Amino acid sequence: MGRFHRHEDGQEHAHDEAHVDRGDHSGYATGTDRVEILERVFEENDRTAAANRADFDAAGVIAVNLMSSPGAGKTALLAETLRRLRGTVRIGIVEGDIETSLDAERLAGFGAQIALLNTANGFGGECHLDAPMVRAALGRLSLGDIDLLVVENVGNLVCPAEFHVGEHRRAMVYSITEGEEKPLKYPVMFRSVDLVVVNKMDLLPHLDFDLAAFRANLADVNPRVRVIETSARDGSGVDEWCEWLREGVQVAA
Amino acid sequence: MHELSICRSIVDVVDRHAAGRGVEVINLQVGELRQIVPDTLVYCWTLVTADTALASSQLRVDRVTAAIRCKACGHGTALTGPILVCEACDGRDVEIVAGEEFLITSLELVEA
Repeated sequence: MGRFHRHEDGQEHAHDEAHVDRGDHSGYATGTDRVEILERVFEENDRTAAANRADFDAAGVIAVNLMSSPGAGKTALLAETLRRLRGTVRIGIVEGDIETSLDAERLAGFGAQIALLNTANGFGGECHLDAPMVRAALGRLSLGDIDLLVVENVGNLVCPAEFHVGEHRRAMVYSITEGEEKPLKYPVMFRSVDLVVVNKMDLLPHLDFDLAAFRANLADVNPRVRVIETSARDGSGVDEWCEWLREGVQVAA
Repeated sequence: MHELSICRSIVDVVDRHAAGRGVEVINLQVGELRQIVPDTLVYCWTLVTADTALASSQLRVDRVTAAIRCKACGHGTALTGPILVCEACDGRDVEIVAGEEFLITSLELVEA
């Protein structure tokens, strides 16, 4: 994490210790004690993410965190993926949803191990999966019997981007019905991923979607991201996505 | 609404460091590249701490401006939006040097 920041007077410098703009604290100069902490708010989540990652590595499992807005086609793409990779890669899925097991049911029958995580218990339903939730789901999977774990996150372009769950790589599914400005509106999500799957390409003739403008917006917020165009419906591009998914996956002979 | 779960994480850290002493202010540093809305965070803080020892405590958020450095020309650019392009050479091979902070920097505790 960077320790440089600019001050309003135009100076830019590095801090060896994190820095607080103290402002006028004269009102409570007496009667309080300042205790320096310098603790990252995500420290605990990230510690659990590291434990998940260690378990993945020990079991030889590659983990991918798959994110999108609701309805972008994550589950349809995954169903198509399972159909194609069945028998060659042993896949586990952590299926995150606020409510219902509908998505998990759509993915049943392809030979994958599926652990459903409903996030609705708690404070009104979490909008994302965090590392402790994924850790709880891992107890219901047999990591020794899978090569690739896909964490299908809660459909949401905001919150999941902030929480690492121990994944090796991050991907998001974006559908062309969402509009070309989305990378500019949700830059944290689009910047956080290694790959953007541009889905529903079969609808291109029916939409006023400007693919070049989308790609330019995406490059503005994430210059290094890879893009794969797919249609989970007609299958185009899905093989390329499966190849990306399999990168680094060690399949038992 | 991940501010709620974030507030719960902050409570855990504060409780650990305050060790039973009264907390008046929690100072946070939040980079502008984080999707943390300070007003929402402060609102959620009142929900999460209601009826607890932290109910009268206050979150104070110090926003950190985002900045990138160009790997090609070395120029530093302070960002006003999410676009990661060097203002000097239009280069895109840049690294983020500020704006991703999310730290609890200090607590102001009632004197023992």
